[in-house]
Amino acid sequence: MEESSQSVVRVIRCIVCPTGCEIQVKKNESGDISFEGYTCKRGLEYAQQEYYEPKRILTTTMRVQNGFLPLVPVRTDVPILKDKLEEAVKEIAVKQIKAPIKAGDILIENILGSGANIIASRDLSEIQ
Amino acid sequence: MIKYETDVAVIGSGAAGLAAAVEVKKAGLGVLILERDRELGGITLQCIHNGFGLKEFNEELTGPEYAQRFINEVHKLQIPYELDTMVIEIKPGTPEKQYKTLIAINKREGVINIQAKAVILAMGCRERPRGAINIPGFRPSGIYTAGQAQRFVNMEGWLPGKTYVILGSGDIGMIMARRLTWEGCKVKAVVEILPYVSGLLRNQVQCLEDYDIPLITNYTVTKIHGANRIKGVTISKVDRNFDRVIGTDKFIECDTLLLSVGLIPENELTFNAGAELSSNNGPIVDNNLETTIEGVFACGNVLQVHDLVDLVTAEAKRAGNYAIDYINNRYGNDTKKNGQIKCIAGENVNYVKPDVINKSDIAKEIIFTFRVRYPDRRVLIQFKDENGVIYKKKKIYVIPSEMIELNLNLEEIGLNKDCKRIEIEVIPRPEVLIEED
Repeated sequence: MEESSQSVVRVIRCIVCPTGCEIQVKKNESGDISFEGYTCKRGLEYAQQEYYEPKRILTTTMRVQNGFLPLVPVRTDVPILKDKLEEAVKEIAVKQIKAPIKAGDILIENILGSGANIIASRDLSEIQ
Repeated sequence: MIKYETDVAVIGSGAAGLAAAVEVKKAGLGVLILERDRELGGITLQCIHNGFGLKEFNEELTGPEYAQRFINEVHKLQIPYELDTMVIEIKPGTPEKQYKTLIAINKREGVINIQAKAVILAMGCRERPRGAINIPGFRPSGIYTAGQAQRFVNMEGWLPGKTYVILGSGDIGMIMARRLTWEGCKVKAVVEILPYVSGLLRNQVQCLEDYDIPLITNYTVTKIHGANRIKGVTISKVDRNFDRVIGTDKFIECDTLLLSVGLIPENELTFNAGAELSSNNGPIVDNNLETTIEGVFACGNVLQVHDLVDLVTAEAKRAGNYAIDYINNRYGNDTKKNGQIKCIAGENVNYVKPDVINKSDIAKEIIFTFRVRYPDRRVLIQFKDENGVIYKKKKIYVIPSEMIELNLNLEEIGLNKDCKRIEIEVIPRPEVLIEED
């Protein structure tokens, strides 16, 4: 801003290591994006991913019928777009699955067309 | 009374107990796991978020997945275990009778008696409750520790409330803030008495900042409102001595307060058995993770609270191997007879494990783990014996929430063999002082 025509469009706090660099995402007049403030290559890669396409592994629970526990922990097998997390949680919340369940079982295929499956995080036996 | 006899009794079946038991069984020795909960796995079962296993398995797993791998191993190796079983007493062996006695209770068998050549303590830690931090106000319902709420939400299917204030920025508190947001609840604030977050940076970013949950540092809860159900809390700014600053009170309406204000190794059993505890409330151990009771070893969060389950597993495997060595090679012998060197926590060091080093082991690699008291940048980690500094290491950044681990061979770094103590300190680097002058 002060020394050039670049403006800071976002500040990303790097979580790759405990140093926690603040990486500034800058845009110049012609719309080119640049990154500043990172101190290692992994930091730059993290900031680029976070800026262009932030993704997360979603972890939540799904209701279970006649299970040893009323819930089974589940997750996406690959990261999904951060913007889709809330919708995915809601989709999982309305489903119910039958015990017994094995860790790794696919409980929902290709959730919201994201390419990610919802898989069980643990074994869960039937209630005796 | 039903009696069991085994080589090694493992108390607790969380990450530490499972890894230790598997290690012992693989060496061909008998092992029995005693677990007070309804199933194997411990606290990792309720930690449904990911981030586990990067060191141990080189992949990113959730807590239940991590536990499942060890549970599968327990079944494969046919390791016996007792569930819903609470160990209530440990009796050390005597010179005439080397077996230790454990007294335990469960609903199926009543009081049971376990005879073991070695015992591995793996009982984990518990959360600091409201009483430990003295918040004034009534005693309405709606106050939980963060881990308790985590169990309710992730395993039992109960939601403790709808609008939350979380006191303390420990990892479980921050992870619950995100979890509750996903469950449709409103987390109004995370309030931290210190000027910085107590948990890991990644949790601050991914659990709070991602969901615009305010983090209010230098504040604490000074009053709990509501008689039957909590109606809100007053938070106030604190000064450097944690005293309330007059005129800074703010009221936040909420129906639930979660406490994420620290973890304490759970050692009543250890203490009652006669083992000495150190300042972190974990048992005093030597470099073989042996407590002050011969043949009783400790690992995982009962020894020291860890940041990563992978580190718990690594420590538990070591404890398992030390118990194996104890039984196979020196059952009844005492390596401590050649004398010990005390490890002292010096400047900006909260505690050090191991607490003591056997002089007969100083030619071996020893894993030191410790935490700083406060965050600092550009520091020097120093080991000193009575003659002066024997080891230095630079570190860019230290923070209490990150345990520091150093692998050292004391003989190689020139330790004076006749010394009685070594001191570990984390001090500002001298060149920084010069720059600032």
